[in-house]
Amino acid sequence: MSLFDHKISELHNMLHKKEISVSDLVNESFKRISEVEEKVQAFLTLDEENARAKAKELDEKLATEKEFGLLFGMPIGIKDNIVTKGLRTTCASKILYNFDPIYDATVMQRLHEADAITIGKLNMDEFAMGSSTENSGFQLTRNPWDLERVPGGSSGGSAAAVAAGEVPFALGSDTGGSIRQPAAFCGVVGLKPTYGRVSRFGLVAFASSLDQIGPITRTVEDNAYLLQVIAGLDPMDSTSANVDVPDYVSALTGDIKGLKIAVPKEYLGEGVSEEVRQSVLDALKVLEGLGATWEEVSLPHSKYALATYYLLSSSEASANLARFDGVRYGYRTDNAKNLIDMYKQTRSEGFGNEVKRRIMLGTFALSSGYYDAYYKKAQKVRTLIKQDFENVFEKYDVIIGPTTPTPAFKIGEKTSDPLTMYANDILTIPVNLAGVPGISVPCGFSNGLPLGLQIIGKHFDESTIYRVAHAFEQATDYHKQKPAL
Amino acid sequence: MSRISIEQVKHVAHLARLAITDEEAEMFTKQLDAIITFAEQLNELDTENVPPTSHVLDMKNVMREDIPTPGLPREEVLKNAPDHQDGQFRVPAIIE
Repeated sequence: MSLFDHKISELHNMLHKKEISVSDLVNESFKRISEVEEKVQAFLTLDEENARAKAKELDEKLATEKEFGLLFGMPIGIKDNIVTKGLRTTCASKILYNFDPIYDATVMQRLHEADAITIGKLNMDEFAMGSSTENSGFQLTRNPWDLERVPGGSSGGSAAAVAAGEVPFALGSDTGGSIRQPAAFCGVVGLKPTYGRVSRFGLVAFASSLDQIGPITRTVEDNAYLLQVIAGLDPMDSTSANVDVPDYVSALTGDIKGLKIAVPKEYLGEGVSEEVRQSVLDALKVLEGLGATWEEVSLPHSKYALATYYLLSSSEASANLARFDGVRYGYRTDNAKNLIDMYKQTRSEGFGNEVKRRIMLGTFALSSGYYDAYYKKAQKVRTLIKQDFENVFEKYDVIIGPTTPTPAFKIGEKTSDPLTMYANDILTIPVNLAGVPGISVPCGFSNGLPLGLQIIGKHFDESTIYRVAHAFEQATDYHKQKPAL
Repeated sequence: MSRISIEQVKHVAHLARLAITDEEAEMFTKQLDAIITFAEQLNELDTENVPPTSHVLDMKNVMREDIPTPGLPREEVLKNAPDHQDGQFRVPAIIE
């Protein structure tokens, strides 16, 4: 039995009643890390000294203060593309191997204000480009349910650390599925909020029109508590939305009577494995039993989402990653004759192959003579994909399908061909292109490997998808299962 | 027919300030060609009258009050620099 088998709200009550201390929570994290981290390899950097000092400080506060927030004293893991002041932030890239940020991301400021405790920084695909965390420049993270398999990606470290019980929750980022897909592979809950819901200030940019930070947790309720703290307008991010943040936890009523669910036929068709299809149909039966109804619909442009995504995200990445030039921070080559040569050598030695491939694809798609044919074309198809969602949401409350076409695959299975790896994200990518929110919740197992149910909502309607995800979770016990490790 | 030639890949690498070997150029040509060929399925769609989407939320020209605030301290900014001198970033020779 681990302390982290309790929900955040339960741990909060235990702190209130003085049954546990903040130091107990932080000890639990580091104890578990010492037991399983050698196998899982989720963390790139641990911040043990500061975490323990902060715990002591909060325990002193606890002795005198009556009222404190839900996240007070809670240990959290942070994906390594979110900048943390004074704490190494590498994006799992050699080009940032020695980078210590001089400011905090807005989400970090909010977590500090809530008195959450950062345990460490979590592994990922380099610059969040990948679906298995195998593109990390530093280490291989393994799936806690089967160490021969990938944890998913790019937030593989975040999902694996939560599944392994090293931290009760973590932050990830999602550009094309990077929170939901690893959450599905690791049997935890992962939310990609509406584009603009959470500030991107201090999230190292990959594709600025798609990136969102979001919570990875054991339960839907924990997820709602964490989003509550990080969501909202930020003057430092002009793309953060000026839309009121509702009380998410109050949406968790368990009542979904009369809910109208759309199930896109494209999400249960070609490429989706039989076991995944069946788990979604079973989940729909559970939701029907709770009073919801569902109908098959079509998102006709789904098959074009993958190509659209790779053109747009790579184009944006090629511009965003131009800043890594060996001048202001990070790695610089030792052997350069002049400035241009220094740029080229630094970037070639610092970036991995997937990052180079996408920078070149993006540079090509944006280059004179090809811009209209590739970049602008993809922007137009993005409009069609977005309209698909708008049409369905005129009649339905949520869209439901699988999070991934298959359960977690084996390490090395898809690394040789980029297109095979990309195909893994066909069910999550359209959500980013449309900017709507989506959550993955555990919905079964296939040969001991977790499966994820994806619930997609209208813009800024995280409350409804939380309500549905919570009702489903309460009616099933998949979230209570833990990997053996 | 290939969509991208090895010369084009080398040119793109130069534009992106990446040094690649001949071997890498060959590998990237093959891979990029496959990805671009795949991406050309978008041509199946008639998008003549479809406006492009660059941003999903309907907002533009987000303005704030122009209030001067102190910038980051210079020594902090230089802390992560591979090389600096007299309070400035130092780089290799620009002109030979």
